[in-house]
Amino acid sequence: MDLYRLTIHEATTLLRKREISARELTQAVLSRIEATNAHTHSYITTCDHSASLQAAAADRRLATQDPLSPLCGIPIALKDVILTRGLRSTAGSKMLAEFTPPYDATVTRLLKEAGAIIIGKVNCDEFAMGSSNENSAFSPSRNPWDFSRVPGGSSGGSAAAVAADQALAALGTDTGGSIRLPASFCGVVGLKPTYGRVSRFGVVAFASSLDQIGPVAKDTQDCALLLQVIAGHDPYDSTAVNLPVPDYHATLKSGVRKLKMGIPKEYFVEGMQPEVESAVNRAITQLEALGAQPVDISLPHTEYAIATYYIIATAEASSNLARYDGVRYGYRAPQSDGLRAMYDLTRAQGFGPEVKRRIMLGTYVLSAGYYDAYYLKAQKVRTLIRQDFLTAFESCDVIATPVAPTTAFRVGEKTADPLTMYLSDIFTIAVNLAGLPGLSLPCGFDASGMPIGLQLIGKPFAEDILLQAAHAYEQATPWHTNKPPL
Amino acid sequence: MRIGTEEVRRVALLAHLALTPEEEKDLIGHFEKVLAYMEKLNQLDTGGVEPTAHAVVGHASLREDRVTNQADTTALLQNAPASESDFFKVPHVID
Repeated sequence: MDLYRLTIHEATTLLRKREISARELTQAVLSRIEATNAHTHSYITTCDHSASLQAAAADRRLATQDPLSPLCGIPIALKDVILTRGLRSTAGSKMLAEFTPPYDATVTRLLKEAGAIIIGKVNCDEFAMGSSNENSAFSPSRNPWDFSRVPGGSSGGSAAAVAADQALAALGTDTGGSIRLPASFCGVVGLKPTYGRVSRFGVVAFASSLDQIGPVAKDTQDCALLLQVIAGHDPYDSTAVNLPVPDYHATLKSGVRKLKMGIPKEYFVEGMQPEVESAVNRAITQLEALGAQPVDISLPHTEYAIATYYIIATAEASSNLARYDGVRYGYRAPQSDGLRAMYDLTRAQGFGPEVKRRIMLGTYVLSAGYYDAYYLKAQKVRTLIRQDFLTAFESCDVIATPVAPTTAFRVGEKTADPLTMYLSDIFTIAVNLAGLPGLSLPCGFDASGMPIGLQLIGKPFAEDILLQAAHAYEQATPWHTNKPPL
Repeated sequence: MRIGTEEVRRVALLAHLALTPEEEKDLIGHFEKVLAYMEKLNQLDTGGVEPTAHAVVGHASLREDRVTNQADTTALLQNAPASESDFFKVPHVID
């Protein structure tokens, strides 16, 4: 049995029964990475030595401790925007290529406390800015289903690693779709929690009112297990809400009978790849067969979401990335003539082109004379977008949509025009603006064998309902058992 | 919406980014395209709509202003591009 193929819940059972050890499991995953990472470039840093130490510690806990977290002894990959103490964290950027954090992110700490094994740091678009992983300063990741195609972004490495069995699961981040899109392109499960459900402390900030950390997993049960560990209040993040975390496992198998499923007409429009549209429609029909009740709804401000997002997110990014100035950490341009020149050259040399474009746009929309026309206007449209969802949720419990208009595109296909790239986010972006939870799970393949994703959107803090609906669909379909041929 | 070189340079100054002439040209093109796309927001009447700065449901939690962690100067200086005793070293600030 190839241990790297296991899900978290399968591995936990075998670990508890002492049929396998954490050491064996970890070694299997490390060997898998060594054999396949050259094709997928999922990992920026792997932790061969420290993973062995962590595995030994996990085995000691497994032998003596009770109760144990289901994550004890499980190798997990972390997107490289999530800080890990003593372990290089680059955010996919030259700016932080040699940065070693002196502290752990809260989510890192929670995983370690549960006994999970941090197996490595996975690839991403620079500072989480991108939809294809092509903006990484480190050999962009490739889709394990077809190496000539992108894995999606910005959590491309997270999704590729899980799809390729190079980790049992991973954490990613999602600001405009960056967990859900790669999960859809790579045929795995990805969840963006409600804004405020998971602490952002120690995660490199892109857009502070939109960023969320979430699980990328092989199935919905694993997704629930991971969310259980990372969700919750944190005194280090004043936006992490102090609300109890439900037992996601307890309701996972509750099914979808009588669940009202909103189908928004604005998400089924021209320009979608026909196979994507039909796969998503078949999934909706399947959910109906399982007992869900489709309800037609409208989200009238959908077409304004991308413009709104790219004003707000870039504005927040321009502020968050102002700290990268070469003074205290990160890259510093050599031989600058004075402080000002050091700032300007450090940032010119340390940041890639897309990051610079976004900083420039964000700075512009916040600058004197333009703030009202752009940033304030976008904030008001954001209210309208959020209201659309809250109104829709008066007549349904969950909303079903496609994740992306297409399956994974080829490397280089959309890089000529950044705006074309931005349009891939069309179905995911409004969810971040509204602060709602969203989940992507596999619902089929296109004629080229590329995965298609179904998105489920929930009410605030209703991740339990999302997981329950997703689980019902998953268990009635074969998609979660498919693996890429590598 | 015509964005000229002067405007791009003004923004680059604010953003502390040294741009090459090539980058300036690309940005002018990019800005024009993206800002034209964003004009679509003006189709909406947002009179009387409150802006949303945050999608957080619930109150912002406050805490007492107490130091609870240890300052580890060595660890904090470890990533410094240049340092001297307890200080970060930078190029000259004042001419």
